[in-house]
Amino acid sequence: MSQSPAPIQRPARRGWLRDLRRLLLYTAKRLLALFVTVLVGVYLTIVIANMGGQVDELRRVQIRSEAAEAVRADPAFQDLSSEERHELIERQVALEVERLRLDEPFMVRSVDYLQQAMRLDLGRAEQMHSDRGSRAVYDIIVERLPATVLLFGTANLLVFFTSVLVALFLSRRYGSALDRSVVALAPTSAAPGWFYGIFLILLFAFVVPWLPAGGMVAVPPPESNWAYAGSLVRHLLLPVAAMFLSQIFISIYSWRTFFLIHASEDYVEMARAKGLPSRLIERRYILRPTLSPIITSFLLMLIGLWSGAIILEQVFNWPGLGSLLFQAIGHRDTPVIIGSVVIFAYLLAVTVFLLDILYALLDPRVRIEGGQR
Amino acid sequence: MMGGRWREGLGELRRYPSALVGMAIIAALVGLSLYTVIAIPYSEALAQWRGGEVWQRHPVNAGPVWLDRLTGGEAPRTRTVSSEAAEVESRAFEGGRRLRIPLAFDFDAGGFPSEMNLFLRAEGHDQRPFVRLVWQTPDGREIALGGHRLGERERIALSQDRALERRLGGLVPHIGLLADPRREEEPQVLPGRYTLLLDAVVFDAEASLTADLVLYGQVHGLAGTDHQRRDLSLALMWGTPVALAFGLLAAVGTTITTLVIAAVGVWYRGWVDAAIQRLTEVNMILPMLPILVMVGTLYSTSIWLMLGVVVVLGIFSAGIKMYRAMLLPIREAPYIEAAQAYGAGNGRIVLRYLIPRILPVLIPTFVTLIPTFVFLEASLAVLGLGDPLLPTWGKVLNDAQQQSALYNGYYYWVVSPAVLLMLTGLGFAMLGFALDRVFNPRLRSL
Repeated sequence: MSQSPAPIQRPARRGWLRDLRRLLLYTAKRLLALFVTVLVGVYLTIVIANMGGQVDELRRVQIRSEAAEAVRADPAFQDLSSEERHELIERQVALEVERLRLDEPFMVRSVDYLQQAMRLDLGRAEQMHSDRGSRAVYDIIVERLPATVLLFGTANLLVFFTSVLVALFLSRRYGSALDRSVVALAPTSAAPGWFYGIFLILLFAFVVPWLPAGGMVAVPPPESNWAYAGSLVRHLLLPVAAMFLSQIFISIYSWRTFFLIHASEDYVEMARAKGLPSRLIERRYILRPTLSPIITSFLLMLIGLWSGAIILEQVFNWPGLGSLLFQAIGHRDTPVIIGSVVIFAYLLAVTVFLLDILYALLDPRVRIEGGQR
Repeated sequence: MMGGRWREGLGELRRYPSALVGMAIIAALVGLSLYTVIAIPYSEALAQWRGGEVWQRHPVNAGPVWLDRLTGGEAPRTRTVSSEAAEVESRAFEGGRRLRIPLAFDFDAGGFPSEMNLFLRAEGHDQRPFVRLVWQTPDGREIALGGHRLGERERIALSQDRALERRLGGLVPHIGLLADPRREEEPQVLPGRYTLLLDAVVFDAEASLTADLVLYGQVHGLAGTDHQRRDLSLALMWGTPVALAFGLLAAVGTTITTLVIAAVGVWYRGWVDAAIQRLTEVNMILPMLPILVMVGTLYSTSIWLMLGVVVVLGIFSAGIKMYRAMLLPIREAPYIEAAQAYGAGNGRIVLRYLIPRILPVLIPTFVTLIPTFVFLEASLAVLGLGDPLLPTWGKVLNDAQQQSALYNGYYYWVVSPAVLLMLTGLGFAMLGFALDRVFNPRLRSL
């Protein structure tokens, strides 16, 4: 009696287990591949940032001059003869070179650097420090990350959902005046967000001073949480508007074209001929099969915008990763520059990984073949 | 067959007004760059943009003339009153001469000059001449501006004479000397004939003494000037060929190499294809802009190095995946088999049979890529990584931002390079979108 339902349920559960196992296998494969990819990418970054080892020569010169300066300035060494002093400098240079392991070949150290970078042990900044005073590159970067995520998360989600919804609406009535004007406006997206940012600042911060020209909150920051949030929103408006303006028309245009192409597939025509309601056709016959390309493009947009952040943040003086990188360039603070690039690479890798997982969940072929493509 | 398809496609372009507008903009930009390159040679442009003495008779941060005139202003332009046109009175005495040089001019502009400088040249004198300056106003006042012993080339900065400023009741000399003394509150120009009288004692019978009084305007030329007195029109004009060349070369470099590599991968399959795919994935992880920033900081910000890095990073770009998908079905096409049958080599098949097939699809992508790179160059310049020597639009924007142009109200400084960038972007994007509809048959009916 108690065993009778089992034969019915087992195939279903086994199917589910099989799916899960294949998903896990696929995930593991992709994770491994991405890990290798990040490894290679970060290693390349380290080689570029060290000029293939040439930076070492510069660093040696710097160590020597610093040691010489320190010995010259210290009154305790004033009465040493020049030979003794020279010897002292040499000794200190040798110590420092050994401490930084500059006497080892670059290739050996680069592997070491790589290992540290992959463990997110990003070292200490040469000149910069976080707002809390920490000199660790990791702290400096992590402190800036939320600002970037807030700005880009808001803007991207807004652009993405607006454009997909508007595109669905337009594809239903293509050829209308609204549709044609969106098509005509699509080329305006050739300009990046920071470019529109300049105009928005000009208009809404200087010609008509309604909104702040830059920054993340008012100075000094408001005490109460509500006032803080309000000030944040006011500062967020212009940069989000700039990104929105630069993305929205091309985004609507490409989605509209995409939906139109899919709406002319035979199975959609068939559904229409059956007399299904247009809502149902849209949801089940157009959106469902196109879900994986939609998500792909969403994540690809994220990838593209991680790097576009630098200038937009700089123009709006937004305290995120981008302006951090810019300041690091100004200070020639190599550990921070490398650290930012490593973090960027990780963010991209995480995005690509999410993309793969979502693909696996959405695309039945991956589940069935277990990534044997 | 191929030629016919091209011609047909181009003929169809005429039906799209946006394509025509785009082509007109591109033609105008190309025309402007050709004119610029011929009118201002490369080396001269670089030399002038470096700044310095070339620009000393240009005003600082002056707006464009047309902008002021359009808004109904009468702001003065820069004018130079030269001693060559003046009637010099000369009286000889034992061991020298006494010269009276009146530098007279009519001034009735709607505003004050932005600065006043007197440039003097006294060459070939054994003993340094001495000059006393007197300012005569239309209502008959005489203001002594002090005496100076002259070197060979002398610049007397009248505007920076603090003592004179105090004597003029706290008004900067270039305002106080020209203001109507009857009006107490807001200073107003007293129109009429002014004279700067140079009373010089020269200890030489022959050697010359010439003087130029420069009243710097508030407006200058078509594009105005920047904080280093440089004429912005030079940078705006030279920015055009630089932007176009950068955009075009980067777009050609990346698309062609990417296409060839994708075709090679598709043709050879096996490990070649796998290696290309893996490299593409590595490259997708490498963030383009930070790497460019790093290269710019550590190596050099030369625009040609940047171009090289952009092309190298663009070789294994995400485009490879797209081209691969397009090329895979073509690889199995019968005409490829036919080519193999008559003995075509691998290189010939890749270059002559595979690539030309998808070129038409590529043209729109290529055209829309150009503005991306134009803006990339501008982005780098805005980050302070512009070419150290070449004047570009991005560098003008960067200068403007560093000098807080918006805050100080020099809107023209930001708007004019931005408009040129926008025009370039729009021109190529409009053409590209129209081309997309012509060459992608699936879009044609939409």
